[in-house]
Amino acid sequence: MIAIINYNAGNITSVARALQNIGQDFVITDDTKKLDAASHVIFPGVGAAGEAMAYLSEKKLDVWLKKFMKTGKPLLGICLGTQIILDYSEENDTACIGLVPGSTKRFPEQLSSEGQTLKIPHMGWNGVTLRRSHPVFADISPEAEFYFVHSYYPAPSDETAVLGTTEYGMTFCSVLAKENLVATQFHPEKSGRPGLQILRNFCAWRGNVK
Amino acid sequence: MLSKRIIPCLDVRAGLLTKGIKFKGNVDIGDPVEAAREYYEQGADEIVFYDITASSDKRDIMIDVVRRVAETIFIPFSVGGGIRNVDDMRRVILAGAEKISVNSAAVDEPKIITEGAKAFGSQCVVLGMDVKKVEASAKIPSGYEIVIHGGRKFTGIDALWWAKEAEKLGAGEICLNSIDADGMQTGYELNLTALISDNVRIPVIASGGAGKPEHLAEVLTKGNADAALIASMVHYRTYTISEIKQYLNNKQIKTRMLW
Repeated sequence: MIAIINYNAGNITSVARALQNIGQDFVITDDTKKLDAASHVIFPGVGAAGEAMAYLSEKKLDVWLKKFMKTGKPLLGICLGTQIILDYSEENDTACIGLVPGSTKRFPEQLSSEGQTLKIPHMGWNGVTLRRSHPVFADISPEAEFYFVHSYYPAPSDETAVLGTTEYGMTFCSVLAKENLVATQFHPEKSGRPGLQILRNFCAWRGNVK
Repeated sequence: MLSKRIIPCLDVRAGLLTKGIKFKGNVDIGDPVEAAREYYEQGADEIVFYDITASSDKRDIMIDVVRRVAETIFIPFSVGGGIRNVDDMRRVILAGAEKISVNSAAVDEPKIITEGAKAFGSQCVVLGMDVKKVEASAKIPSGYEIVIHGGRKFTGIDALWWAKEAEKLGAGEICLNSIDADGMQTGYELNLTALISDNVRIPVIASGGAGKPEHLAEVLTKGNADAALIASMVHYRTYTISEIKQYLNNKQIKTRMLW
């Protein structure tokens, strides 16, 4: 059973509907007992780092996530869920969970491409360049684009944790991967067929479980 | 690099499309969910719904439409029309929309933008602006005035000032509609679009006037728009969204070509 962590951070329903569409059973919960029983965990999120971390630590879900990471079971971070698995976020000057070393940074104020000042948030469809293959990105065309909406981006200190990058006046890490964890800055649940394929791949992935 | 977005706009009244949308074999589609599915299949990057239901007791029908759309398409969509407060926003977002757009309500009570951004994040709050060209004056220095209530009421508010103000208040995006160009199918208001887009940091969706793919090319380059809203040109099946995107890509305007 797939579990979606419920922590009051916006659009969990859209992740749920995408799983429904691919015929995947799931639970939405913040109960660590139910989460323990899950085979896969999705950690979504829309909103601000400060409030999200406050809620997670109140529910002790930050501690739980660290424990879950060690089980080797597949874990998928999405958007804010990706940003706050690093050590620290510049958004609201927030200490974060620290599953991956590094921090979440704000896009620089002066961001431009071909003489055009770029808008912040980075909102809309953009591509991802993978540095290596990964089961969660199986059968995804290099031409595929994904839906992004964010003003902060993950910057892991360990380069080996960077699975994919995206161009937006700069190159930033748009997909993180480490052991049984994959985390995307974009929203697979809102990225049409390629996004649904990523969710399907994730649900079929075993992570580090033998 | 980020793609320019092509966004069909659907007007809904009491749960039905206000104009039947003609698709393959001239089939008339009156169901907004079916129309959304069709545009999703054609490669729409996002969909905008305007609920023009007059009576508030029929608003629940729209919530049901939003729920069914969210089960059907897996791209972002926004809902505007009749949203007066944070509770209205919450109902629409919980039903599955990514964004809500506020227009007249934000003019009447600008704090709705801030409250919405605080409750759901700026990325959820789109400011809809209906704009009419007027004589430039001390009060309206840009020569573009905000009008509300479907273009009937002049507000005395300068459009450029309002766009900047809305950004400060927490709007995450602007959907900029030219009342003069709307429905004419003779092209977007390029000066207005560039003026607003160059003076705010948030994305701007150009709206009003699209009749052929060239119009989109213009507004996405000369008008500096981040996205283009379209209606009649696809509703009457003069063009499909994929044809429009192919045209833009041939013109080196990057759009999402794989879906």
